[in-house]
Amino acid sequence: MLQVTIPIEKVDGIIGAWGGRREALIDILQDIQDVARYLPRPALEHLSKELAVPLGEIYHIATFYKAFSIEPKGKYVVQVCLGTACHVRGGRLLADRISHDLAVKPGKTTGDRLVTLETVGCVGACALGPIVTVNGEISGKMTQPKLVSMMKKWRG
Amino acid sequence: MQTVKSASELGALHTRLNAARDPKRPLVTVCGGTGCQASGCMKVAEAVRDTLGGDPKLAGKIDFRVTGCHGFCERGPLVVVHPQGIFYQQVRPEDVDEIVRLSVVQGKPVERLLYRDEVSGKTFTRENEVPFYKNQQRLIFGMNGQIDPRSIDDYIAIGGYQALAKVLTQMKPEQVIDQIKKSGLRGRGGGGFPTGIKWETCRRAEGIRKFVICNADEGDPGAFMDRSLIEGNPHSVLEGMIIGAFAIGAREGWVYIRKEYPLACDVLRNAMAQAREYGFLGKGILGTAFDFDVRIRRGAGAFVCGESTALMASLEGRVGEPRAKYVHTVEKGLWNFPSNLNNVETWANVPLIINKGVEWYARIGTGDVTGDAWGGSKGTKIFSLVGKIRNTGLVEVPMGISLRQIIYDIGGGVPDGKRFKAVQTGGAVGGLHT
Ligand SMILES: Cc1cc2nc3c(=O)[nH]c(=O)nc-3n(C[C@H](O)[C@H](O)[C@H](O)COP(=O)(O)O)c2cc1C
Ligand code: FES
Ligand code: FES
Repeated sequence: MLQVTIPIEKVDGIIGAWGGRREALIDILQDIQDVARYLPRPALEHLSKELAVPLGEIYHIATFYKAFSIEPKGKYVVQVCLGTACHVRGGRLLADRISHDLAVKPGKTTGDRLVTLETVGCVGACALGPIVTVNGEISGKMTQPKLVSMMKKWRG
Repeated sequence: MQTVKSASELGALHTRLNAARDPKRPLVTVCGGTGCQASGCMKVAEAVRDTLGGDPKLAGKIDFRVTGCHGFCERGPLVVVHPQGIFYQQVRPEDVDEIVRLSVVQGKPVERLLYRDEVSGKTFTRENEVPFYKNQQRLIFGMNGQIDPRSIDDYIAIGGYQALAKVLTQMKPEQVIDQIKKSGLRGRGGGGFPTGIKWETCRRAEGIRKFVICNADEGDPGAFMDRSLIEGNPHSVLEGMIIGAFAIGAREGWVYIRKEYPLACDVLRNAMAQAREYGFLGKGILGTAFDFDVRIRRGAGAFVCGESTALMASLEGRVGEPRAKYVHTVEKGLWNFPSNLNNVETWANVPLIINKGVEWYARIGTGDVTGDAWGGSKGTKIFSLVGKIRNTGLVEVPMGISLRQIIYDIGGGVPDGKRFKAVQTGGAVGGLHT
């Protein structure tokens, strides 16, 4: 199982890089998530102390914005675009297929923490829809067969 | 690089850089936008670089450039061979050798890679002959094909930062605002508010600090023109913001950009660093007394954050909840200081207006704005044409053009002889037309 956390020194480094400014909270959270792949509670507790922002407010922000996750994510974070252009080209069916084959609901991670399935709004490559991104890398003109072979690859 | 300390130094730099761009010299460009990356353009770019560099007869004689989006992402990867301007689509790395041997060396087209019209079966050799492009007016977006978005020198070579120099050395802030008002430029972010009036209101608002902000949240599903503009020509947006800040009296700027746009963030960050190095951002811009700098904030994915009050709350590091509308952000915005928010494309129009002049600009578009800012809308608009249509991508057309022209003349109509059913404009906040 993949375990990722973030050492407190690293959190301090990120806070420092943003000059310890309260207004940079969202940037700081993004940088923490880029390292840890989610927002671990100890990191947020530390942040709360350093920036003097109540933990409740940090959690409010962390749950308001879709980009943040307070649960650990899988090794492969798979995003299926359900923006208008991808939707009319079958994006929904792709999400359903992953959901079905890997037994994972959108927004959730498989039990073995291999795959996190997310559905997202337009990622800005509409002309090539339907779009699926894996760990940030965009694949266009996705088809069911292409998807099946991708899933096979993830399972190793 | 030394900082550029005056308008005349910029002029000299422009002359030098422009002279180095001999239009007759062979040049291969590969589109490196996000759309083309999704269809594997970086492997094509590598193949071009290797092929050109690996041949002693060619090395050093052929220029090579990776550009931003050309709008026809669906047909990517795209390669253009100059000086002939031969336009290739759906290029694979295996095709590169033939392109170099035939087109670059002999100036002949590789027929099978040209764009072919499905209906008439005709092929087209040059980009601007292809029906998708022929009926567009690509004033803003067309520059993407001419520059490497990571090179400020490329932007300066095609006249970049000249508008800023003109504004800083020959104009008063009020004159700039007057020009923008007369131009008939209206906000491209959906609301269509007359830009000059917004600037004027913000200039007149009281505040010891003022902000100009660029809205690059682009929350509308199906839209990607703002991203492609930043990815393809980041300096045009920055130059617009610097001019706007001068006109309004702001010294601080922000770009609020979607985190889902990593390439755009990266390109913009690079552009800001270059602009600072050349002295177009920072203290004493172009040797004048004007100071201004820009920072980036990455949005974290909430549709509502494209709305002005929610965006500003998010910039302050809070939850992006829209607030009551009776307080206007131009007067009390970011940290309650006067804040002028414009869309990416709105900002990118500003240098064009200053460079080409109000009369020229106001001839493009629709209606009459003399005396009534709401009487018309000038310039062009970039649309994203997506869905069940023959040609999809980003198109730029004059304001006021009919949907029929966009869908049939540029988009090639609905495929497979089906009937045209509905079109959604302006994304989810726009309307549905049938
Ligand atoms: C729910 C909502 C979402 C919006 N999203 C965006 C957006 O993604 N990009 C944008 O430029 N404007 C967006 N707007 C409009 C902005 O509030 C604002 O009017 C605009 O950025 C002003 O710039 P402009 O005058 O140059 O168009 C949105 C408005 C609403 C109500
Ligand atoms: S709708 Fe999927 S990329 Fe735009
Ligand atoms: S990204 Fe290449 S044409 Fe749009």
